[in-house]
Formats: sequence, structure tokens, C-alpha cells
Amino acid sequence: MKQKLRRSMLFVPGSNTGMVCNAFIYKPDTVMFDLEDSVALSEKDSARMMVFHALQHFTYKNIETAVRVNPLNSPFGLLDLEAVIRAGVDIIRLPKTDTVDDVLEMEQEIADIENRIGREKKTLLLAAIESALGVVNAVDIARCSKRMMGIALGAEDFVRDLHTQRTKEGLELMAARNQILLAARAAKIGAFDSVFSDVKDKEGFMHEVEYIKGLGFDGKSLINPTQIPWLHKAFEPRQKDINWAIEVLEAAKDAKERGLGVISLDGKMVDAPIILRAEWIIDLAKASGVLGEEQ
Amino acid sequence: MKDIEKQFKVEDLTSVNAPFFRAKEKAKGEDRRAKLCESIEEAIKRSGLKDGMTISFHHAFRGGDLLINNVMNVIAKMGFKNLRLASSSLASVHDPIVEHIKNGVVTEIYTSGLRSKLGEAISKGLMEKPVQIHSHGGRVHLIQSGELKIDVAFLGVPVCDAFGNANGYSGRSKCGSLGYAMIDAQYADYVVVLTESLEEYPNVPASLHQDQVDAVVLVDEVGDPSKIGAGETRMTTNPKELLLASHTAKLIEHSGLFKEGFSIQTGTGGASLATTVFLSEKMEEKGIHASFGLGGITGTMVYMLKRGLIKTLLDVQSFDEFAAKSLGENKNHIEISANEYANPSSKGASIKQLDIVVLSALEVDLDFNVNVITGSKGFLRGASGGHSDTAAEAKLSIIVAPLTRGRLPTVTKRVNTIVTPGSTVDVVVTDQGIAVNPKNVELKARLKKAGLQIVEMQELYERAIALCGEPAEIKYTDKVVAVIRYRDGSIIDVVRQLA
Repeated sequence: MKQKLRRSMLFVPGSNTGMVCNAFIYKPDTVMFDLEDSVALSEKDSARMMVFHALQHFTYKNIETAVRVNPLNSPFGLLDLEAVIRAGVDIIRLPKTDTVDDVLEMEQEIADIENRIGREKKTLLLAAIESALGVVNAVDIARCSKRMMGIALGAEDFVRDLHTQRTKEGLELMAARNQILLAARAAKIGAFDSVFSDVKDKEGFMHEVEYIKGLGFDGKSLINPTQIPWLHKAFEPRQKDINWAIEVLEAAKDAKERGLGVISLDGKMVDAPIILRAEWIIDLAKASGVLGEEQ
Repeated sequence: MKDIEKQFKVEDLTSVNAPFFRAKEKAKGEDRRAKLCESIEEAIKRSGLKDGMTISFHHAFRGGDLLINNVMNVIAKMGFKNLRLASSSLASVHDPIVEHIKNGVVTEIYTSGLRSKLGEAISKGLMEKPVQIHSHGGRVHLIQSGELKIDVAFLGVPVCDAFGNANGYSGRSKCGSLGYAMIDAQYADYVVVLTESLEEYPNVPASLHQDQVDAVVLVDEVGDPSKIGAGETRMTTNPKELLLASHTAKLIEHSGLFKEGFSIQTGTGGASLATTVFLSEKMEEKGIHASFGLGGITGTMVYMLKRGLIKTLLDVQSFDEFAAKSLGENKNHIEISANEYANPSSKGASIKQLDIVVLSALEVDLDFNVNVITGSKGFLRGASGGHSDTAAEAKLSIIVAPLTRGRLPTVTKRVNTIVTPGSTVDVVVTDQGIAVNPKNVELKARLKKAGLQIVEMQELYERAIALCGEPAEIKYTDKVVAVIRYRDGSIIDVVRQLA
């Protein structure tokens, strides 16, 4: 299956009217409305209403949407779920996923709501791993549901659970990042890195982005739109890779036209994963603006 | 001897063909400090100011100006009435003028801008005669054409000598360029310079010259240095402004004008400043240098001058203390008058040499007309400034504005008030798309090819309305409270009293 680009997931506090109204203009790959930690208790209801309307607004029609709902064991979790699934959200981001049961419980509720309202398009799941237990269970969490599109590291809570704090070097996150990435890749789903909170530190941000990109992460959660162009720039493919991708896809097209079962390029066999990779690079190049639509 | 003198009138005695009688009796050197007045009041007395005359000021101190209010208070106390106030612009700090209007001291105003309570009061019908709103270039044109004859100019400066040589780039309340005051010094019948400090003669290089100045008054303060700077001088962190700036910089890069020796003018405000920063990165990357930067000069422009990215700054108004300081220090940072800057009937206005100007807007309409003077409630709350001047002359005029502000649409069917006609506007950049004036066919194709999000103005309008809803119509009476004069003096629009 062709993989959607998800370099940038912009967190938007559901109670921040200005951000809810404007987030789409920054063109992140995914907008993630938050109803959980960034929303005060007194604003839980109004934030849910606002996100409910935003999800249905034309300005969010051409952009992937996710919502981080409150935990199901809180008074707000089910209400959140009910509202945003009805409003057509693409992805539910589970808060603090520790075990497979957390996922299955959420999946059941989502399926119930979808059945009740007759929604055909399946709501996807994104599990946020924010504890040591979650990291240990990441492999099972990643493959316990067909709805699972990715797992993400929530570093702030995780380091607290680990009895440490975040550093620029990020050694405290090394094990978690590697584990989450392996779990995601084993389950063939996406892997997303945590937010980088110091908005003013462009250099530190770019350093971290290069690092997680090198590890193999698909993208990163962001808390400030300013970081979007920086992140996308870092993910911009090199011309050499673009040329390679074009050649692969041309060879594939050529083989198909000539009815050949085996595709080869410069004497080397080209198989399905390579074609997927090439398609991904072309998508990335188009999204980065380094390849025109006509090409 | 006396008898002979009686046969002549006074004029004859000063004519070139009059016989020499005798030198007026005075000690040599007596004139050296003759221009010095003890007080503002004394200067006003000497000026021969009368009811019904025109007094003028300049606006280089912007929100930090203390002079206009101080002088107006003295004038009011002395009992003058029915004056025409011709400040090159007015800021929020000038709200006390409302009282002078109520008391009949000021009955007519010529200005580039009106804001705050003064703008509101006038919009509600405070004055009998409508305010004349002019552009910076248009003001010089009105003065030269004789319509705006200045009787007494009161020009605040940080530093001056006793003979009237003044500049704005040194002293305590540095305002930098005195480009607007230079016009008043040149054309007013009587020129009073009010200074914060007296320097030894000659205080040179001078911006206002000894042969233009009639009186000099030493005052405690002319400005509040902390408020002289206009708008933001630091790089913005507002993501929407950064987005607008990155679109604008990319637009300029692909406009066809971004090449060695190009010239540019940008304003103050977050998006404008960030555009300059982004553009300078592109200039360094591609090794492109600008021949000159024009207009209101900011610290960012000064930074570019210092880095050699811009060769010359032509400065009619220094927007912050960096610019004000640089004007005195850098020989490539040049002070120009409003006549050299933007007067349409000048023998040479620099805007005629300008490639690119980046401007802001309160509203833009489907025909690309721009409003920079009245707000969403219909109040006068802005300034014409150099907007229409630069839009008319620069090869590429770019308007940058967010599509919506809060729940107000910036793109409307018809602007409240036209300051700059759409025929002179080339591109409008918003956060939700860029509209190119249909007459610029080639530019539109070029920008599209560069991957910029080009849309029709109609689309922007529909989007804005879909987001904000159709704003309620502003209700006006028939009475005209302000006349918007285009740069050539013609009337391009009027503002009516709010119902």
C-alpha cells in the first residue's frame, strides 16, 4: 500500500480559537487537535465543540486530521470520541498507551460509534507511547489492531517515568526511540518522534530532526508552526535520490507496458519495496516543492 | 538726510537700486545669537502668527513626539483661534488635539495619518471642515502648488546650533532623517526650530540649514526616545507573519526583478521586517546585491548595508534608533527630503527608480484597491504615508496582509476607503494564496511556475467571507469628515461621518 507523507504533525490545542481557525494555513502533513493535556478542565466541553466544527469545515477538507482525545477512564474520553468520529476525523491519537488492552478498548468504542452512525471510512489509530511500560509493550501495541497507522513517542512524560529529564543530546531517549522504531517497522506502520519544545532553538531542532530522520522515523510532532518549514526542508530529498526514483518508476512502467514480470534497472532487480521507496521519494520531492507536478 | 529718507517708502530703501544711506546701528556679531528665543511663546510672538494662519510640524518622532502637544498648548494659551494644522502626520500621542479643535484653536487639518481618539472624534463629526489626508509625496505637491501654504513651521530636533543648523541623528531624542521637516524648512514663511540641545556653531553636517531658520528655542525635551521607534524592530516570532514573509520573499525571488543592482523598499511591522531578513538570506546565497534601499529605513536595512548587501540607503524617515544612528555614521546612508523621495511633481523622486516595494493593507478589494486609513468600524485609524506614491512608481508593488484578522476579512468586495488605486497594485500576498493583478500576465505565469500558490482575487474574497461571514455594513451620514487626496492632489475618495 502506498504510504502517505507524515513528516509533520502539528499539535493544536483544541481550546485555542485562533490556532484552530488558522492551523491549516501552515500546511502540516497532519493537524492534530488536542483535547487532552493542553485543554483546561473548565474548557473541555467548549474545546470539543470547537474541534467538532473545525473538522467539518472546508478549510480542513484537504488535510489529514487527528485528535488526541481524553482517556476513556476520564469523564471526557467517550464524549470526545463520539464527537470527533461523527465529525469525520481521520485518526484518533490514543493518550498514554501502556498496554494492548488500552488499544483494544479504544478500538471497540470506535467500532461501536462507527456502527451506530454508519460511518464507512475506518477511523485510524495512533498510539502515543509515553511510559516505560509502553515502550516495553511497543511491539505488541504496534500490531494489535488493523486500525493502527503508527506509534509515536511522547517524550515529556516518558523521561519523568524514567526518572530523568530531556537533554539536547537525547541519550535518555535512545532506547525508547529505537524500540518504537523497530516495533513500528516490524508491524509495517509509521513511527513518529516527540516534540522539540524550544521554539527559538532552530539549530537544536534541526540537529534532532537530522538524527531521528537518520534513525528512520517518518516524522515528528510539532508544537509551533514555525518549525514546519524547517522540518520539511530537512526531509527534502536530494536531487540524486530523486533522479534514482524517477528511473526506478520509469523502469517499472516500462516493464508493465511490455508485460514483463521482472523489473530491472542497470542490471539489478527492482522489487516491490524498492518501488514503494521510489514512490515515497517522489511524493516527498513534490511536497517539498523541488519537483513540479508535471514531472 | 532725514528729509530725503522721507521721500522714499520702506520698500524703496531695500530695493537694489536704492541709494546707500547708512548701516543700521548694531554691534558686529550681534546677529550670532539673535535667533535664540527664551521660550516657545517668544518664538510664536516673533513669528507674527495670526488667527487663521497655517502652522506645521513634522512626524519623525512618531509615537514619541512631545513637541506638537507642547507647542499647541502654548498656542492655545496665547489665545489663537481658527488655525490650520499641517503636520506631516499625526500619531496616537496627539489625542490632545481633540481639545484644541473643540476650543476652536484648530479648525482645519492637513495630515497623512490620523489615529486613536483623534481619528475617532473626527470620524464622529468633530470638525466642520473635512480633514485633508495626503500622501507623503502628495504633501510636497500640495505645498508647492500653493494650496498648502505654511505660515509658521515648528520643527523639533534633538540637536541644533544657535544659528539654526540642525540634525536628527545625534543627541538624546534621535529621530534620524529629517526628510519631512526639510520641506517645511524650505517652504514655510517663518521657521522655528525647537531643540533639546544647543551645539557650538557650526553644527554640521546639517539637515535643516541656517539660511532657512528664523528662530531657535531650547526646550527640555522634544521626544521620548523609548517611543520614537516605529513598530517591531526585532525579528517576529508570529508564525503567520513569518509565513507571509516567506511567501513574499519567494515571490520577490521569482519576480524577474531579483538580480544584481535591484532596489527595494519595505515598511515596518513583523511581516515586512521578516521579508527583508528572508530576502537578505537569498541575496547572500545567490550573491546578489541591491543598489539601494529606500523610504522608511529600519535596523534590518542598516544591517544589510553594513554587510554590503545593499550599497546605498536613501532615508526619508528612520524607523528605529539603529537607522537613526547609522544615518550619522555611514556615508552610504543618505538623508533625502520628501521631495526627493516621493513628490509626483518633483524633478526627481527616488521612487521613480524603485524596483520593488512591499506594502501593508487594512483592506484590499476585488479590484485591488487598498485602504490603509479607515478601520473595520469606519473610524480613521491609519496613514496614507508613502503607500500610493510607491505603489504608483515602483516596478513591482506587493501588498502583504493576512486574509483575515480575528474574524474580520481583509479582502472585501469594496474597500471602505480607497487610498491606493488598484491599477497601481501588482500583487496581493495573503496566508491563503497570492492574487496577481490580471494585467500582469507574464508575472502571474512566472510565479505559478515557481510553485507559488496563485489564486484569483475572487477566490480570496470568497474564502475570507466563508471564514468570517459577510461583515455588517457601516452606517454613515452624508457629512464628509475627511477627503482622501491622491498624490497629484486630486480627490480619490472621501470618508463620511459615522451614523
